[in-house]
Amino acid sequence: MMDFRDSPAEAEFRARLRAWLAENNPGLPSSSTDDEYWARQGEWHTTLYDAGFFGLSWPERYGGHDLPTVFDVILDEELAAAGAPPRPSLGYLVQGITVHGSEQIKERFLPGIISGRERWCQGFSEPDAGSDLASLRTTATRDGDDYVINGHKVWTSYSDVADWCFLLARTDPDVPKHKGLSLLAVPMDQRGIEQRPLRMINGITSEFGQVLFDGARTPATNMIGEPGEGWRVAMTIVSHEREPGELGYVARYAKTVKDLESAVRTEPGSFRSDQRAAVAWAYVQTEMLRLHVRRRLSERLDGIDHGPGGSIDKLLMTWVEQTVGAAALDVSGPTAVTDAENLALKVYLYSRAQSVMGGTSQIQKNIIATRILGLPTA
Amino acid sequence: MDTRDTPEQAELRRSARRLARELGPATVADLDDATRAKRLAAAVGDAGWFELRNDVGDGAPLASGVEAAIVAEALGTAVADVAFAGLVLGADLARRAGAPPASSAPVAFASSLTDPAVVYGPETAAPLFVVDVAREHEDVAYVLVPEGPGYRLAQVSADGARDGPARAEQGWGSDLTRSVRTIPAGAQLQEVPDQRRVVTDDDLAAGTALGLALTSADLVGVMRGVLDITVAYAAERRQFGVPVGSFQAVQHRLADARCLMEGSLSVALHASWAVDDLEPKEARAAGRVAKAYCARAARTVCETAIQVHGGMGNTWECMVHVYLRRALLSSRWFGDDGEQLRELERERLDDDGLS
Repeated sequence: MMDFRDSPAEAEFRARLRAWLAENNPGLPSSSTDDEYWARQGEWHTTLYDAGFFGLSWPERYGGHDLPTVFDVILDEELAAAGAPPRPSLGYLVQGITVHGSEQIKERFLPGIISGRERWCQGFSEPDAGSDLASLRTTATRDGDDYVINGHKVWTSYSDVADWCFLLARTDPDVPKHKGLSLLAVPMDQRGIEQRPLRMINGITSEFGQVLFDGARTPATNMIGEPGEGWRVAMTIVSHEREPGELGYVARYAKTVKDLESAVRTEPGSFRSDQRAAVAWAYVQTEMLRLHVRRRLSERLDGIDHGPGGSIDKLLMTWVEQTVGAAALDVSGPTAVTDAENLALKVYLYSRAQSVMGGTSQIQKNIIATRILGLPTA
Repeated sequence: MDTRDTPEQAELRRSARRLARELGPATVADLDDATRAKRLAAAVGDAGWFELRNDVGDGAPLASGVEAAIVAEALGTAVADVAFAGLVLGADLARRAGAPPASSAPVAFASSLTDPAVVYGPETAAPLFVVDVAREHEDVAYVLVPEGPGYRLAQVSADGARDGPARAEQGWGSDLTRSVRTIPAGAQLQEVPDQRRVVTDDDLAAGTALGLALTSADLVGVMRGVLDITVAYAAERRQFGVPVGSFQAVQHRLADARCLMEGSLSVALHASWAVDDLEPKEARAAGRVAKAYCARAARTVCETAIQVHGGMGNTWECMVHVYLRRALLSSRWFGDDGEQLRELERERLDDDGLS
């Protein structure tokens, strides 16, 4: 039924959430600009979860609420309206484990991921394996009941606080590169793992890290999927890692646009027409993404699709983030260049990562061209 | 919250696409086939689509903005050379005024191209434009005349506006698939009898919302149609011994275009739903968001289509310019992206704005 309005159940949920947020908004700074956000993100996750507002569309037996996916839209919209931090971005891990993990794996790991009691990072990229992910060289070698891991992962979000690493490693060097990979859950707190922070171009240090594995171990029972199934697990994950509906970033963009609008409203007459147009265009783009997520999550009511459509959503999201980031810079005063701590500068610089993380825009376009448009490969 | 089509809407979408594909122009030469165009117009009339916004008796329209937009998108996809949106919008205005539907044929409305025309005095003071007046229709168009706090309906003759070069003698502008008539200043107003209601500012906002939704839907259709033929061409056209569509430089532009079309669909769907389900001024704001996005996107998508078609794309007999020309009219009608941004700025950034 085409209806963008809330059903009675959705309206009740929205009202309850809004009332809760009025009392419980932690007032954190934006995730894209401040280390304090990352320091307190885990706390926000458990607060949201304990109040019954996280894991809405995930199975109840793993700690979710079994609600239709559109409830995630309501959560994102209300977080944005309250100026609260976005929900933690974990949907892609949940999807990967749900699709490929055994029942035992799901029961072991999903409750901790969803409740925020166990925190995760994703060990995919390596210094020499970025877009060409399947060429990765980190190895996991069977040794009795364990796998022993050696290698170097980089651009690893949340590695500093993670309890577990969702690790893509080579378990069979003798088969073609896509076929020799497996997915392992690896405990981070052990002697064979060293975690080093990376400083992003906007100065924040606690989102990105690099992880060095030197004889780290994990039980073979922690494998997600079969040996050699790693590439397929990774592709399921990245297809959702790209989706704004899983990520909840719309709330962050809407909050920035709101701040820009109020800055312009407060000092009418001191902004040029091109600056006003940049803010209005950022608003249009953000609205587009909000409505696009509603459409895509509604389509999931017909059944979830792990196909290449996420690449379209990722590109749209990237354009929105970078439009909003550019607008923040465009309307900023001289402090954007005289003060390294200027917020607009940080928002803008952070936005440049969106066309790289989760697969570059160029990779997304390759996927759209060949798998959605059906164009021939060279 | 569920943005999926109802079964009836899905069926309307299928049948409108089928009809438009079967009877719309497949080639530029087809545009001169008057017999085909007549069959297309007759089929759209037989389907009852001109009457989608007619009064069912209690002031409510026969169908919502969603159904009207579904048809508009389907006609845009096939660059169908048939009057539609202008007539539906004319009927919507008549319904709001409580006027009986035009007796013989549907009536379009005159506008400044951006806004429905409001005329002060006994005759028009500036040139007006009427989209979708075809030869088989009444040669009149609705305008609005201020009355008390609102407006009443009047009409002007849309005849005698056929001078100009090329196809203009038939009332054609840059779009080869839909007519645009220019009514010069000084046209006399005629009464529209039996109006039972005053058209309010809210009516005007809701009518504008419908115009924004239908032109946005048309643009989504144009993007969908031109992308289909362009992707097919890129897969077929060979240079350097391989299809040009195997080159990343080409693939990436087409991927961008597909994303722009998908984003446009999301905003256009919402705008079409908003027409009848949100407060008039909110519906109009939703229409402005949709139109701003779709107009920019359609321009880029059609330009990409011409580029991918190479030299062929710059010849008259290649269909891509038919799509671009249609996009140009749909963009300007009810205001292009620049116009919508200006209005959104006024509403959202100025202290005396709506929000």
